[in-house]
Amino acid sequence: MEQSIVILLSVLDGTLRVSTPLVLCAMAGLFSERSGTVDISLEGKLLFSAFAAAAVTYVTGSPWVGMVAAIAISFSLSMLHGFACVTHNGNQVVSGVAINILASGLTVVLGIAFFRQGGQTPTLPKDARFTPIELPFAEALDSIPFIGQLYAQVISGHNILVYLAFLLVPITSWIVFKTRFGLRLRAVGENPKAVDTAGIGVRAMRYKALAVNGVLCGIAGAYLSTAQNAAFVREMSAGQGYIALAALIFGKWRPKTAMLACLMFGLLDAIAIRLQGVMIPGTETEVPVTLIQALPYILTVILLAGFIGKAIPPKAIGIPYVKER
Amino acid sequence: MSDTTMTEEKPKKKIGMAKPPLPAWMDYGVLPLVNILFALFISGIIIWLIGINPFEALEWLIIGSLGGSYELGYTLYYTTNFIFTGLAVAIAFHANLFNIGGEGQAYVGGLGVGLLILAVDQYLPFWMILPLAIMASAAFGAAWASVPAYLQAYRGSHIVITTIMFNFIASALMTYLLVDVMRGKGQMSPESREFAEAGHLPFMHEFMANFGFDLASTPLNVTFFWALICCVFLWLFIWRTRWGYEIRSVGANEPAAVYAGVNPRRIVMMAMLISGGLAGFVGMNEIMGVHHKILLNFVSGYGFTGIAVSHMGRNHPVGIILASLLFGVLYQGGAELAFEYSEFTREMVVTIQGLIILFCGALAYMTKPFVANIYYAITLPRNGKEA
Repeated sequence: MEQSIVILLSVLDGTLRVSTPLVLCAMAGLFSERSGTVDISLEGKLLFSAFAAAAVTYVTGSPWVGMVAAIAISFSLSMLHGFACVTHNGNQVVSGVAINILASGLTVVLGIAFFRQGGQTPTLPKDARFTPIELPFAEALDSIPFIGQLYAQVISGHNILVYLAFLLVPITSWIVFKTRFGLRLRAVGENPKAVDTAGIGVRAMRYKALAVNGVLCGIAGAYLSTAQNAAFVREMSAGQGYIALAALIFGKWRPKTAMLACLMFGLLDAIAIRLQGVMIPGTETEVPVTLIQALPYILTVILLAGFIGKAIPPKAIGIPYVKER
Repeated sequence: MSDTTMTEEKPKKKIGMAKPPLPAWMDYGVLPLVNILFALFISGIIIWLIGINPFEALEWLIIGSLGGSYELGYTLYYTTNFIFTGLAVAIAFHANLFNIGGEGQAYVGGLGVGLLILAVDQYLPFWMILPLAIMASAAFGAAWASVPAYLQAYRGSHIVITTIMFNFIASALMTYLLVDVMRGKGQMSPESREFAEAGHLPFMHEFMANFGFDLASTPLNVTFFWALICCVFLWLFIWRTRWGYEIRSVGANEPAAVYAGVNPRRIVMMAMLISGGLAGFVGMNEIMGVHHKILLNFVSGYGFTGIAVSHMGRNHPVGIILASLLFGVLYQGGAELAFEYSEFTREMVVTIQGLIILFCGALAYMTKPFVANIYYAITLPRNGKEA
């Protein structure tokens, strides 16, 4: 019993850690997709900003400066996406694929050119990273079984970006559903012509959404390379941008449900890490961890098939807005 | 109102108001070329920044990819894969579908051809295995495309998202099969056993030796011919059959197609099954033609590059062959460059590929007004005099 609680707590702790970049990317995707721009390039932005954060943090010694660089890079890529899809009415999927491939190549090319370590950045010292924060009373409450332990071992002891990510969920929800900006954002993704008729610039709105998207992805990238890990490693985003996209769809383009989807996918990942090399009881075979890791994708497909509720995307998503001449 | 002014009496005003559309050779020839030059220009800057002379690099790139039968062999081997994935994206695109699952479909296609050969290579001769292998790779690729296709056609879920998910599922499935199921006891590397001789496609250098040609030994194999045959078949299918006409009509204007009696659901299924089958042939080239065993990650980005190939080739087989050749040159020349310069790595090729997709795909129309203005500046005054 004692031991299973320890395992449970460590799995939950791991869940929060692996869900953080997913939550940030899902919120980023929510802004752009709600405004009608498909964003497959979450993955590429995550990767490139992780590189920027690690590289700049290594040079300056400050993770905050690194994060600013990460945001700057991710923001630029978002603007590039906007330039291609919003200004030039290019295909949003093609543009996203291009950004992903570009990021996957250029991070390694630049990494080799700057640091000559096969595409990695040098390992960051402890004081150049976002370090865990002990929440108040964590130590005192640790002795209370379960609830106290939950607080002390799962909720407390993360770095500031984890708390920021989960704080951003209600903020996103408030912005999207309670502010004028949010109303316009959703309107532009549902019926851009009506928004245009009301005298609001469709393109400007979509650019604003992409700007928010860039900032959030940048934070996620900084988290990957300067908080969760201590260096940039090639391909370190490893499909998390796509998982975030899946979570966004799974959460039906709503902040809180998307966050829950991220937590669920994070939990699956944490369990998969835990089960690496563990035998199925009573048999000689190992637990097929790779299949557990594919579960987020499988679940999303099942959801999309309409077997678990129905995910209805913003109506104007993926369609460039062309004013009638 | 505008119709009445478009009379022959006021030719000059007509030209001033509505310019004639660009001729096809501008749209399909010059514009993509300008876009490639843009992409290469930016690539050149990056290459220069990491300390390599870009003109020297370009020279090496061309010599290293087209300079002899060895170089050309590798280039055409890559080209073969790009033709398949390019055609796969193109046929789906004609039905207004975006299949970005070529990666997974090629992977599973390779699984299909591999399983078939593992089952029969001890018993059947090559000439019987070959048609079965073609069918197996196409069937497995098509099967992998069929679920996203069904979900798009009958459940209304978006094919872009489902095909992305299926790429990841394919990758996980293959890792599981190779690591946990197919790997023999005590075997370290996750791969199947090697196929018997009857399950090997002839390499081009072996095949051409029959006709007295002496080619360098490269991974290029007879799948290349099959790729060209597929181009011809696909052209016939899209532009010379009723089904192709129906696919194009659904892609161009679905309500009109429905009104004309076309069942769009059937068309979605048909286009996607063909698309998946074509992508599956990459598996045949890699597994049956080159590696002669099932192994991990043999697709390595060919599926994604297919999007660029198809876009650059304007979804036409001839354009796709040319674009595939370009990417073949880039892959092979890039590999040679990596030998030549320590700073130049495989990822540089990936970067250039990303830039080409960006400029030729996403920003395809950025340069159009500019190019069009130059064209009109050259041609229009003369037309005015003629009138």
